[in-house]
Amino acid sequence: MMNAITKGLCIVLLAVAGSALANEGGVRLEPAPTARLDNESLQRGARNFVNYCMGCHSAQFMRYSRLTDLGLTEKQIQDNLILGNAKIGSPMLSAMPRADGAAWFGVSPPDLSVVARVRGKDWLYSYLLAFYRDEKSTTGWNNLVFPGVAMPHVLWKLQGTQKLVETEYEDLEKAEAAEIAAKALALAERLPGGKYAVKTLAIDQAGSQSSVEYRHFAADLVNFLDYIAEPARNQRINIGLIVMIYLGVLFVFAYFLKRAYWKDIH
Amino acid sequence: MQKVLNWIDDRFPLTALWKSQVSEYYAPKNFNFWYFFGSLALVILVMQIVTGIFLTMNYKPDATKAFESVEYIMRDVPGGWFIRYAHSTGASAFFIVIYLHMFRALLYGSYRKPRELLWIVGCFIYLALMAEAFFGYLLPWGQMSYWGAQVIVNLFSTVPVIGDDLGTWIRGDYTVSDVTLNRFFAFHVIAVPLALLILVAVHLTALHEVGSNNPDGIEIKDKLDPKTGHPLDGIPFHPYYTVKDLVGVVVFLALFAIVVFFWPDGGGYFLEANNFLPANPLQTPVHIAPVWYFTPFYAMLRAVPSMMNSQFWGVLVMGAAVVILFFMPWLDRSPVKSIRYKGSLYKGWLAAFVISFLILGYLGVVPVTVWGQFSEKVPLLGTADKATVLARILTVVYFLFFLLMPWYSVRDKTKPVPDRVTG
Repeated sequence: MMNAITKGLCIVLLAVAGSALANEGGVRLEPAPTARLDNESLQRGARNFVNYCMGCHSAQFMRYSRLTDLGLTEKQIQDNLILGNAKIGSPMLSAMPRADGAAWFGVSPPDLSVVARVRGKDWLYSYLLAFYRDEKSTTGWNNLVFPGVAMPHVLWKLQGTQKLVETEYEDLEKAEAAEIAAKALALAERLPGGKYAVKTLAIDQAGSQSSVEYRHFAADLVNFLDYIAEPARNQRINIGLIVMIYLGVLFVFAYFLKRAYWKDIH
Repeated sequence: MQKVLNWIDDRFPLTALWKSQVSEYYAPKNFNFWYFFGSLALVILVMQIVTGIFLTMNYKPDATKAFESVEYIMRDVPGGWFIRYAHSTGASAFFIVIYLHMFRALLYGSYRKPRELLWIVGCFIYLALMAEAFFGYLLPWGQMSYWGAQVIVNLFSTVPVIGDDLGTWIRGDYTVSDVTLNRFFAFHVIAVPLALLILVAVHLTALHEVGSNNPDGIEIKDKLDPKTGHPLDGIPFHPYYTVKDLVGVVVFLALFAIVVFFWPDGGGYFLEANNFLPANPLQTPVHIAPVWYFTPFYAMLRAVPSMMNSQFWGVLVMGAAVVILFFMPWLDRSPVKSIRYKGSLYKGWLAAFVISFLILGYLGVVPVTVWGQFSEKVPLLGTADKATVLARILTVVYFLFFLLMPWYSVRDKTKPVPDRVTG
């Protein structure tokens, strides 16, 4: 009887989980090719962040000195990554006052310390790839992952400009097939009248980097954002392995202690 | 050593207490897997208090500093990330363990005479735990903390006549604010933990007075050894169950460590992604869901339609879903306690209850539109959300498990109960 109950429960839960997965909408995100132990990637990401993001965005919970985690010396950090006159122990603050940001962009650029924990790596990576030219928006830019975003495409000189390509399909099935076949950022949307459009992006004018180079650039940056969201991650995982080994040994002792005490109990 | 002990025993009954509560407390020898969770709950309580003390040393209950101080703990406090993850994981682990502990009572009839008070005190512990979790969840001052608290306090505002004043009284302000944060902090670190500790002491005292139930649901005190006067099927808690529970604790700590060190977000259920956004009173998140351990009740709240311009009915149903637990000892009229000797009626209803609770828990996490709507051709339902209709059915099943129990537990075909405990 208990087995039947358990079986029934599992079937129901699997069905529920399955239907939950089937209902996720929005853009199919591209997985971010990041590696938390790749210090060179993280260092390049730090450079990209300081040069391209910190004009507007801060990482207020992150101290420059912590970047020694990435295999850098304090001297290297001071010389290469601190662009203003901040001290090594100070937080990574943008020089732009928040009020100015609000006045210029409509919203003040958010702090990026923990953005990777809010959005996830894949979202950030896809977002950086998904800007396109849109004359209807106030900045002249739009984003397939974050429609109507207030941020202009600050990396356009590197990536170049993209344009939106819309293809119409008769029904959802064909549209979804096309979405998968695109093997890139793609979004199927229902049009008034019952047809479906699949939105994809194409390079309009080339930038200073090739598509592959820009993807590496974005991946390094996302890797860095993922690191600053939780600088203790590597330490956590290393200590975790030791704790697991310790508990494994303790289990053996506890188990045989119990067996020894219980051998007379029937 | 013995001299010191004698000196103490002349002034405080240390040895006597140790004997009566531990080394000569006779517990049934046939405890199974389900009997680990009581001691585990105690272990988690201690862990939460210890990690909580260290968090309090670095946390600032101030609306302008709270979020920042949590990130400070995560980054600048040595080992702070461990303390914080252990505490946040501990909250979810506490509920997992308590739910399993309560399920054990449902399986083996541990709420039946003479353990009615034991069960009722346990229900109060569950209530205190819910309050503790709710107050604590505001403290990181993220978006979900803020809006979760806003939603829950608003539940009290639906009470007819006094609702609005009641809401203001709880918050200490017209919205959740710095004032609310300060009082929730006081409740979370002093008031509720104090109540919890007292309730746990009462729970254990009541348990040791009536003795533990067991998977056979028979009283071991009825069969005493004529020579020693101890139960024939009982063994001293110490050393037998201290060493057995030690194995349980190590296994639990291993599972706990896997989450703390390798999966601290718990897939977004133990630490929600949106809670890494600082609280913003001007921006309501699109989808507000409470933490997973409240979601079965939240799903019931959403399932009840607004009637007579009031959401209060949903709040009543939600409250009733918890309060009804208190009446278990008198709802169950089966001649046997344990599921081992109950018939298929009780087993079937218990299964339906557990499935309802789990699916309601899932439905409380997702938006009501998750499965879309019925087509217009379906009679009666029209274009109602499929998830809402299912939540309504499951809410009814949840309550019928309790309300019909006085009847089905009597009609159930039970098996004969053995004289002595079995394996």
